[in-house]
Amino acid sequence: MGFQHRVMIGLGAVGILAPFVVYPIFLMKALCFALFAAAFNLLVGYVGLLSFGHAMFLGMAGYAAGHAAKVWGLPPELAILFGTAVAAALGLVVGAIAIRRQGIYFAMTTLALAQMVYFFCLQVPFTGGEDGIQAIPRGRMFGFLDLADTLTLYYVVLAIVAAGFLLIYRTIHSPFGQILKAIRENEPRAISLGYRVDHYKLLAFILSAALAGVAGATKAIVFQLASLTDVTWQMSGEVVLMTLLGGLGTVFGPIAGAFIVIALETYLAQMGSWVLVIQGAIFVVCVLTFRRGVVGELARLVNRPL
Amino acid sequence: MKLKTALALLALAGMTGVANAQLSDGVLKIGVLNDQSGLYADVTGQGSVIAARMAVEDFGAAAKGIKVEIVFADHQNKPDVGSAIVRQWIDRDGVDVIADVPTSSVALAVNEIVKEKNKMFLVSGAASAALTGSACTPNTVHWTYDNWALANGTAKAIVQAGGDSWYFLTADYAFGHDLEAQVAAVVKGANGKVVGAVRHPLSTADFSSFLLQAQASKAKVIGLANAGGDTTNAIKQAGEFGIAKGGQKLAGLLIFVTDVHSLGLQIAQGLQFTESFYWDQNDASRAFTKRFAPQVKGNHPTMIHAGVYAGVTHLLKAVEAAKTDDGAKLVAKMKELPTDDPLFGKGRIREDGRKVHDMYLFEAKTPAESKHPWDYYKLVRTIPAAEAFRPLADGGCSLVKKG
Amino acid sequence: MDFFGIPPQALLGQLLLGLINGAFYAMLSLGLAVIFGMLNIINFTHGAQYMMGAFAAYFLLHYLGLGYWWALILAPIGVGAVGVAIERTMLRHLYKLDHLYGLLLTFGLALVVQGLFQNEFGSSGLPYRIPAELQGGQNLGFMFLPNYRAWVVLVSLAVCLATWFLIERTRLGAYLRAATENPALVQAFGINVPRMITLTYGFGVALAAFAGVLAAPIYQVNPLMGSNLIIIVFAVVVIGGMGSIMGAILTGFGLGLIEGLTKVFYPEASSTVIFVIMALVLLVKPAGLFGRTA
Repeated sequence: MGFQHRVMIGLGAVGILAPFVVYPIFLMKALCFALFAAAFNLLVGYVGLLSFGHAMFLGMAGYAAGHAAKVWGLPPELAILFGTAVAAALGLVVGAIAIRRQGIYFAMTTLALAQMVYFFCLQVPFTGGEDGIQAIPRGRMFGFLDLADTLTLYYVVLAIVAAGFLLIYRTIHSPFGQILKAIRENEPRAISLGYRVDHYKLLAFILSAALAGVAGATKAIVFQLASLTDVTWQMSGEVVLMTLLGGLGTVFGPIAGAFIVIALETYLAQMGSWVLVIQGAIFVVCVLTFRRGVVGELARLVNRPL
Repeated sequence: MKLKTALALLALAGMTGVANAQLSDGVLKIGVLNDQSGLYADVTGQGSVIAARMAVEDFGAAAKGIKVEIVFADHQNKPDVGSAIVRQWIDRDGVDVIADVPTSSVALAVNEIVKEKNKMFLVSGAASAALTGSACTPNTVHWTYDNWALANGTAKAIVQAGGDSWYFLTADYAFGHDLEAQVAAVVKGANGKVVGAVRHPLSTADFSSFLLQAQASKAKVIGLANAGGDTTNAIKQAGEFGIAKGGQKLAGLLIFVTDVHSLGLQIAQGLQFTESFYWDQNDASRAFTKRFAPQVKGNHPTMIHAGVYAGVTHLLKAVEAAKTDDGAKLVAKMKELPTDDPLFGKGRIREDGRKVHDMYLFEAKTPAESKHPWDYYKLVRTIPAAEAFRPLADGGCSLVKKG
Repeated sequence: MDFFGIPPQALLGQLLLGLINGAFYAMLSLGLAVIFGMLNIINFTHGAQYMMGAFAAYFLLHYLGLGYWWALILAPIGVGAVGVAIERTMLRHLYKLDHLYGLLLTFGLALVVQGLFQNEFGSSGLPYRIPAELQGGQNLGFMFLPNYRAWVVLVSLAVCLATWFLIERTRLGAYLRAATENPALVQAFGINVPRMITLTYGFGVALAAFAGVLAAPIYQVNPLMGSNLIIIVFAVVVIGGMGSIMGAILTGFGLGLIEGLTKVFYPEASSTVIFVIMALVLLVKPAGLFGRTA
């Protein structure tokens, strides 16, 4: 059994036991963001495309799932599925436009499109504007798992996030993932080897968008709320922070990054504007001293990929 | 095997949950949730926390054998952040009362959770009249003000004084739309007319374009259905573009004493607006301010701070009388007891959760009239409690018995 | 004759106002473009530095009794000096790395600065008055133009053109441009390249602070004033072409105009229209309107 597999099993065990030690709602929030960051990392870490508009997938999926559950009365599994489908469809459109550009221009294109999505969410009536969609019912998963119970909900979220994470892990280590890495390292060479680079990039983009959508839809069900916060550019910035802090292009980095950032936000909530100062200082220190991120530096210490 | 352990741990968790509930009977925990870092940090923020602490001190809670603990957090004006904090407070930290909560979207989210968990929600900062209307719950008391009261106080007075045609600069989000609708209803009800409105994005820096459109509308009154930095920027630039000199009047619909302070009287003079409290009203409010201001870098208390103080005071009375921290029972007791505190005087809480008291129409003084620091307001009119708030029957609150 | 229900005079007024806002965009994006062109750093602290400029004007008046005209000179120097310190201690280590790191570092710095100011001065903002010499205004027939706004347009045009001239037409500018192409070679000619880069960053920051002083009398002096603006200014630079000086200036004024028109015809969208244009431009001309090549 490989080292990464052992780490994964360890993490799974921690995940199963964690709600008895740590407040479960905090864990669920962090888990949703971990999946979001992992989906983002798939794009930036393995294809080399930095999206600065990923919040649109998180937020739109949340709205879609919330609307489906509240207005159409769909059960949670279908609501999440619908949210994911919406995010994937949006990913197809945005990806088709954005992947023609590279580097900073790719980032700016995604930012521009995300701002338009934000505006759309602000204007259309079904999102509830500033109030968002509130009081989304949690319902019963598959008709028998009562999600009103916090622990049941936690294990459902854990299962969803773990599944999403495993999918990302499989993708990275599949031939498809190898081609993505080849594109990241040297795009012209990948083209000359006969790969339809755009095709692969678009697929990766849609996959990343869909998984961000899973995270957003799940989050909406957990918090019974879908709001504008999740579509702002600040949210797109936050996922960059999580991924960078955890370790760009590492398997476990986004998870670590998401937990650190969410923990900071939760436990520093008393500090008011000092939160900004502390967050900013972490950014600065991170960029100046450990650019590989927490997990990246750990991996270097134990001398194994993580 | 794993399943068994999980089940055992589950049972254990259930047990500790019960233990916690018993423990929470011993102490009344108040969570002040508001904006500690953003747009509304000065009107709510630390000031509300301090006001709550002062109320506990003045009530002599410790001497009366009620153990009170106050915690606070920053909701950053985001409903998701706010609701996450409230859930954690209630589930894990044993918080019994959520207080303040400016920003209507956050307040509405908190309102749902507090009802679901049967705790108590003491609103001071939020403006949405829905909290005591369509979204009312048996667990919520709304203290200081709401959109309806603001619209009613300011718009009615201005229309009566001859300002009968209105143009709105409205912040393009739920709060702005709601405020605009409320004011428009009042204006039309008093035989005035609304000639137009422009919706500006939240946090706009430059209002000159919108002001010019308002100017072109020839309306007598330009109503500012926005808040915080948007309002102050609009007022500042209206001065620059000579709106007042052109014969048009500005009506700030939600203005706090800290806003007037940041504008300076040179620009703010002559503005009329409705509030429920002014620090220089009477000896009690001045004494309160004297203790309050040094703790928040000299800022004087806003009506929201005063509302938190008065609300917590009344809450403690109810706790003393009812000897419970059960949310619905507490609120029932609060509605039953008449209110009486140094800042709002005598009043009561209606069955829909609305606290009723006088509202005041103030006008910002001219620089010449201002005799000492923070001497900003003069009273134009007192709106008696009976007509200051939306009539009980009009709110559509399900708690109100149809009869 | 009306345009979609708007009389032509009113439209003219709105265009003029758009141009005035464009002046701020131009000056801010100019600083951003200079820094990006010379240092390859996307300076996300730019908004915070603009805010610091406005606050510096307030401090000078409040604590030293020095008025607006002094602030126009002293605030950029002071904030520019802070910029120099930042470049010396932090940015210097990032030049060889991906853009991303410069962006993240400056983003972090912006948060720190904003947080500190908020903590100290709250969020309601501080008053700052239009200087006595520039109060009042002119009635242009179609609109009332405050003198101060006219001054803002003129002075920012002058500053923009002077900067363009300095970089594109003088010997010093030639060194600068050469240093971005091949620093080793320029260094070999006996020119102190690191110092030149430090001063360039200081200059870009000073431009932001200058814009901040100009803004102080018309917008609230508020810790949040920069954070709302930075993303728009950033878009302006991208549309103009990253690093293109003239591109930043022209796009700044141009987008001010377009935004002004949007405020008339579809006001809700006035903060979004810039991003629509950015997406379109990036589709058609990926290097921006005035960019050389991607």
